[in-house]
Amino acid sequence: MSNTKNLFDKVWDLHTVKTLDSGQDQLLIGLHLIHEVTSPQAFEMLRDRDLKVMFPERTMATVDHIVPTQNQARPFEDNLAEQMMSAIEKNCREFGITLLDVDDVRQGIVHVVGPEQGLTQPGMTIVCGDSHTSTHGAFGSIALGIGTSQVAHVLATQTMALGRPNVRQVKVNGELGPGVTAKDVTLYIIRKLGVQGGVGYAYEYAGDVFDRMSMEERMTVCNMSIEGGARCGYINPDQTTIDYLEGRPFSPKGAAFDKAAEWWLSLASGPDAQFDDVVEFDAADIEPTVTWGITPAQSVGVSENLAPISSYPEDEQTLIKEAFRYMELEENQPIKGQKIDVAFIGSCTNSRISDLREAAKVVEGRQVSDHVKALVVPGSQLVRKQAMEEGLDKIFIDAGFEWREAGCSMCLAMNPDKLVGNELCASSSNRNFKGRQGSPTGRTLLMSPTMVAAAAINGCVTDVREMLSAVTA
Amino acid sequence: MTKIESITGTGIPLLLDDIDTDRIIPARFLRCVTFEGLGEHAFEDDRIQDPDHPFDKPQYQNASILLGGRNFGCGSSREHAPQSLIRWGIKAIIAESYAEIFFGNCTSLGVPAVCAPRETLEVLNREIQDHPDQELTVDLTTMKIRCGDQEFDCTLPENARSALISGTYDFLAQLLKSESEIKERAASVPYFTSFA
Repeated sequence: MSNTKNLFDKVWDLHTVKTLDSGQDQLLIGLHLIHEVTSPQAFEMLRDRDLKVMFPERTMATVDHIVPTQNQARPFEDNLAEQMMSAIEKNCREFGITLLDVDDVRQGIVHVVGPEQGLTQPGMTIVCGDSHTSTHGAFGSIALGIGTSQVAHVLATQTMALGRPNVRQVKVNGELGPGVTAKDVTLYIIRKLGVQGGVGYAYEYAGDVFDRMSMEERMTVCNMSIEGGARCGYINPDQTTIDYLEGRPFSPKGAAFDKAAEWWLSLASGPDAQFDDVVEFDAADIEPTVTWGITPAQSVGVSENLAPISSYPEDEQTLIKEAFRYMELEENQPIKGQKIDVAFIGSCTNSRISDLREAAKVVEGRQVSDHVKALVVPGSQLVRKQAMEEGLDKIFIDAGFEWREAGCSMCLAMNPDKLVGNELCASSSNRNFKGRQGSPTGRTLLMSPTMVAAAAINGCVTDVREMLSAVTA
Repeated sequence: MTKIESITGTGIPLLLDDIDTDRIIPARFLRCVTFEGLGEHAFEDDRIQDPDHPFDKPQYQNASILLGGRNFGCGSSREHAPQSLIRWGIKAIIAESYAEIFFGNCTSLGVPAVCAPRETLEVLNREIQDHPDQELTVDLTTMKIRCGDQEFDCTLPENARSALISGTYDFLAQLLKSESEIKERAASVPYFTSFA
């Protein structure tokens, strides 16, 4: 039988409570993740109106943005950070919400913890007051970043008002070259479609490149959907999804798991599914990619030179000139060889165990360049523990990396980890905005964790493929 | 809630593309448990680096209509961004386009974020710079921007427009009305009932 509905529409329809007078849908939310930054004002709104949390068991809290990655002793040295931690502890206690606090081994970056615990499952609607909630779409869920007022709406009613976006299928077929990672795929898509190319759309990532990816790689791709302007991104559930979820703490167990798995697979967009738009890319065209500018779309393949300003459309040239000025880079120069000051492996995009394993392969037996400050920040305490069991911490420390506690760290620098002055940072995170890494004049080059590792070793932007071939030779 | 049918006030020009929410309110100011006091830190790092930043210019200090470029408010979902603009004094935004989370945040806080084509923005930009005291009106009933004798079309998705002009942009009250339907819907979603 023909099935023209895509996954997005199936999941949306299932969760629609009603259509509101404004024309927006009232959407039921299956999982609400909260953290310390965007929730305190929401709980105050509830108190002001004398409201309760409608489904406290469908809300899970952890702490990540503000958490120091060195000295985690309470009270935190930063009094403002301590106030925020105390606030989420009090709010969760008072409203009956489970909190994975810093003394809980399950604590970590909210988008690492959700999947790791099996909280994130296919077919769910998932929201969090954080734009990188799009990460959870890797499981075939509708996962959306929301603002604090909406956090209050979801706490009080387990629903929110939302207009339905269109769905664009983004296909990448073919074989990725050696050393080309999920991060390169997502940076390439954003480069091609632009930072606002996805406005009005949910992205369905399809094609054999995504089919072959692990769940962790899929999370990296979906994580950065927001950087392309998409409201969210997802990948259809398949056997890889089911294998990942089996045995996780919050996954269904026994017969319920089999029933769940059958339902999950039934949600996938069928071969006749309709989309509002389809774009297709060839995997062979993607090389290790590095951003050079101040938006995630301003990137080049590592072997390319930066394009001349005149090659950009006229209405973009002001922004391009500003990017060159801010980054202290020049048109026509190669990005390879560009000296860096800091190397950061971490963030909700690339702090998972597989990221650390791949980076460690590049680092093993080598030394971080003398002039580089390098740090590895695992995405969760469980990732950290696993990495230490595998001896990855030793590889990083021996090479001269700092080995830190779990947290958001230098991705957005709401904690003590910050760039200083106009330092240039090779970063596995997701945003290269002006001032993003904590110094108003700090500069960020986004790249994959293996590319960050290579840059840390050589002290400059490096084509990791050259180092990988040395490893395997 | 207050019905928002039109906003009148002087303008402040910031006709730049891809202004992200980290620039509107840098992350260090998110270390807070209320939104109070965010107004004075709007665009703080940009202002430090640009002595000519419009948010520091005396002629724009009472402005309430912000003029932006393309993809305004991209990046982080932080509601702190529109909250800081509101506390600075902004009541409406005119830009070429918006990032969606930012747009949603603005709407739910009662700030119309309307779109206008580049040509309109450039005319308004010149007008505001040449005549900072000139009042503009963003009229949501006619979807027109008025500036002196001139009138321009603007756009706003119908659901946002109807929420603002009917005073129902804080959706919480509406959402709360559906408690029984919410519970009924939840009972039909397999994972809400643990796949029983």
